[in-house]
Amino acid sequence: MTATPTPEQTTATAALVLGDDALVLSHRLGEWAGHAPVLEEEVALANIALDLLGQARVLLSLAGDEDELAYLREERAFRNLQLVEQPNGDFAHTIARQLYFSTYQKLLYGQLAAADGELAGLAAKAVKEVAYHQDHAEQWTLRLGDGTEESHRRMQHACEALWRFTAEMFQPVDGVDIDWQETEQTWLASVTSVLRQATLTVPEGPRNGAWAAGAGRQGLHTEPFGRMLAEMQHLHRSHPGATW
Amino acid sequence: MTAHEWPLWEVFVRSRRGLSHTHAGSLHAPDAQMALRNARDLYTRRSEGVSIWVVPSTAVTASSPDEKDSFFEPAGDKPYRHPTFYEIPDGVKHL
Repeated sequence: MTATPTPEQTTATAALVLGDDALVLSHRLGEWAGHAPVLEEEVALANIALDLLGQARVLLSLAGDEDELAYLREERAFRNLQLVEQPNGDFAHTIARQLYFSTYQKLLYGQLAAADGELAGLAAKAVKEVAYHQDHAEQWTLRLGDGTEESHRRMQHACEALWRFTAEMFQPVDGVDIDWQETEQTWLASVTSVLRQATLTVPEGPRNGAWAAGAGRQGLHTEPFGRMLAEMQHLHRSHPGATW
Repeated sequence: MTAHEWPLWEVFVRSRRGLSHTHAGSLHAPDAQMALRNARDLYTRRSEGVSIWVVPSTAVTASSPDEKDSFFEPAGDKPYRHPTFYEIPDGVKHL
């Protein structure tokens, strides 16, 4: 017999799921430090990473101790989307990942902020940041897609490579009471419009089903994630209980 | 990447309570929209209620240092050229 979870428990579950997304993507973007194509883009990516880390800290604090949750959980205990753990790849891959995810976050936080839930306060703050992230990703998608032959090819490739991770975003999350199907339709329309404007083709591959990925929410992750976690958690695991 | 593709832009920022745009610095960007966004990150930390102008550096014509004297010598011996004899009415704030 399973007891019905209390509202506090469902909020904590939702906070953990959304917090993991933000934490993991923030770490991936942090890997760009010192490697971005130009100095100005370096600052932009770091800015986005810092925004996401800020969201992760607030969210994970709602779910428990932020440091314990970030540094002492095994891969199987993380609930982030497989999309956000994907390696940076080339700049186009990073931008495609940003476009897919920030469009999702913008829709999600927009609805959470409008609702009267526990996460409304956080969402109201985050939605402004996320709107900026989405704009940044959109601008670069347009530039790369409608840029040179090579940048177009790379952007198209990146959009296709990450497409199979996109349906996972719309698996309902406990404690987030929104219309997921409608959110997915809005997301599709928004991304389609940006890609078309960027002279890119909307990928035709499946977004879910046999050939698609997407069990991050259940704690099943792709191979690169383990390596990312090892790097992220190394120091804390070497010196457990230390303060800094 | 050449300087032609990523030209230099001058950035002017007006802070939330500021009266005028002040030159804040410069940056490289492929076009005006990106220059605006980069300026937001670099010079305003995204504080709300600020206004940013970006201008391609090539659009700015500067006075020449060589002509400094003839250009800026204020003709101090001709006080009638300077409106310093007027009382400023109380209602005028931003003078």
